[in-house]
Amino acid sequence: MNPRSLLLNAYVYAVLAFILVPILIILPMAFSETAYLTFPPQGFTLRWFGEFFASSRWMDAMWFSLRIALFTAITTAVVGTMATYALVRGAGRLGTLFQALLIGPIVVPHIALAVALYLFFQQTGLSGTTIGYVFAHTIIALPFTVFTVAAALSSVDPALEDAAMSCGATRFTAFRLITLPIILPNVISGALFAFIISFDEPVVAFFLAGIRDKTLPRMMFDDIEQNLTPIIPAIAVLLTALSIAILLGAALLRRVAARNAATPEQT
Amino acid sequence: MSPAGFFEADGRRLSRGGIVLLMAPFFGLILFAFFYPLLSLISISVLEPQPTVENYQRVFDNPVYARVLFRTLRIAVLVSLLSLALSFPLALVMANSRGPKAIFLAACVLLPFWSSVLVRTAAWAVLLQRNGLINQGLQAIGLTTEPLTLLYTQGAVVVAMTHVLMPFMVLPIYGALRNIPTDYSRAAAICGAGPLRTFREVTLPLAMPGVIGGFILVFLTALGFFITPALLGSPQEMMIATLISQQMRELLDWPFAAALVGVLTLFVTAMTLAFSRVFRFDRMMGGRA
Repeated sequence: MNPRSLLLNAYVYAVLAFILVPILIILPMAFSETAYLTFPPQGFTLRWFGEFFASSRWMDAMWFSLRIALFTAITTAVVGTMATYALVRGAGRLGTLFQALLIGPIVVPHIALAVALYLFFQQTGLSGTTIGYVFAHTIIALPFTVFTVAAALSSVDPALEDAAMSCGATRFTAFRLITLPIILPNVISGALFAFIISFDEPVVAFFLAGIRDKTLPRMMFDDIEQNLTPIIPAIAVLLTALSIAILLGAALLRRVAARNAATPEQT
Repeated sequence: MSPAGFFEADGRRLSRGGIVLLMAPFFGLILFAFFYPLLSLISISVLEPQPTVENYQRVFDNPVYARVLFRTLRIAVLVSLLSLALSFPLALVMANSRGPKAIFLAACVLLPFWSSVLVRTAAWAVLLQRNGLINQGLQAIGLTTEPLTLLYTQGAVVVAMTHVLMPFMVLPIYGALRNIPTDYSRAAAICGAGPLRTFREVTLPLAMPGVIGGFILVFLTALGFFITPALLGSPQEMMIATLISQQMRELLDWPFAAALVGVLTLFVTAMTLAFSRVFRFDRMMGGRA
């Protein structure tokens, strides 16, 4: 290795340390016996996990967030797949508008959306309701899901569907029996992304939460702001495990999708 | 297809009715839960208490608020520059790696990308607190005898925001670099260019769309960032998002908060339109080039 690339690699490993060290520092604190956050952690205990799962406030927040995330994942996958399918099958000018509007939730800051929905939901009585959060989170997650689904849809050979329809299948049957099975891994991984986006979403949740209906991120925000107890590292361990599981799941699904896409050529 | 289009239409076309039916839920949702609330909020800023531009004058004329705007811009630029300096070499090494190393590097970037902003912000709060690891380290090597105040400063906000937003820079640069055919640098080498010259005259120009795209994305996201400045910043040194929150929730000055949202949203939208050519959002979102 020449000196220049040695220097480059050293720099890159320093950058990786910057990325990873904060996360690697906070995770072990979940097991520390001290009631304040300190590094290195002292002793070993599962007490903080126990406190998290025993607290009805934290549990209510977790179930509320899980319910919102589940509905968001389903809504996003269904709405996103429908629109994306129309897009690749010749939506024309409506498709151009679709793509232009889709950029909106990516570039408009979440704080702007949060404040706008805060007012709008107060007028419409959606404040603090599951459906209100699902609306907000679906808007935020949709672009991610659409791009994931579109990646698969654009690689499906349209001749397969045409063949099915020539044999008498309706458009819907052709989609259900031919296209959907091929793109399903990407639809599911898009839904997984929507799930984690919703489950972790802190800004909209900060504004929409009432006194009782707090999501998990909102409860975490309050805890970090006020006293930063070891419950936060415990939740960090759980959330990181969830992120890893979802990322691995999505990667696995993409591998399945790649194999599906490759099959027609091989046979 | 239009320049904004990501995808080509393919196969037997759907009927017009079918397309409308399939797209209706999307349009309904985005109009109901995004554009209508946003536009009605911004309309408050020009209509209340009576039709006026007063709310906007306050944003720019009052030195306190002008300072918030300036500080927000400065922090966003700093975060973008720092992210670029950290991300470009990483993306370069990622693009040139194969096998387990490539997977390891991708995991290092993607895992934080998909993990909670709150967790990462809490991690920085722990690191930077008075008896935190960084203060312990500084005292151990004798750089300081007293613990320094690191938390609730602009420095804390900049470092933590860089940490949170870096993946948005790495992914588009990686995408651009990955798309450069390897033949190009070989061709440059055959023509007698050294590695530095190849980098400067081949790799860098071809990576520029990714660099600009990532830079703008990080910059715009940083402008509206709320969680990290709210938790790690000082209340005396607000950014625009924390100011909006304060006006909205504590002072209940909705028309003024709406004007701040209007300024932020219009600026971000204008920037996006100005740079729409380099934005390939499909590439940025998952790094799938």
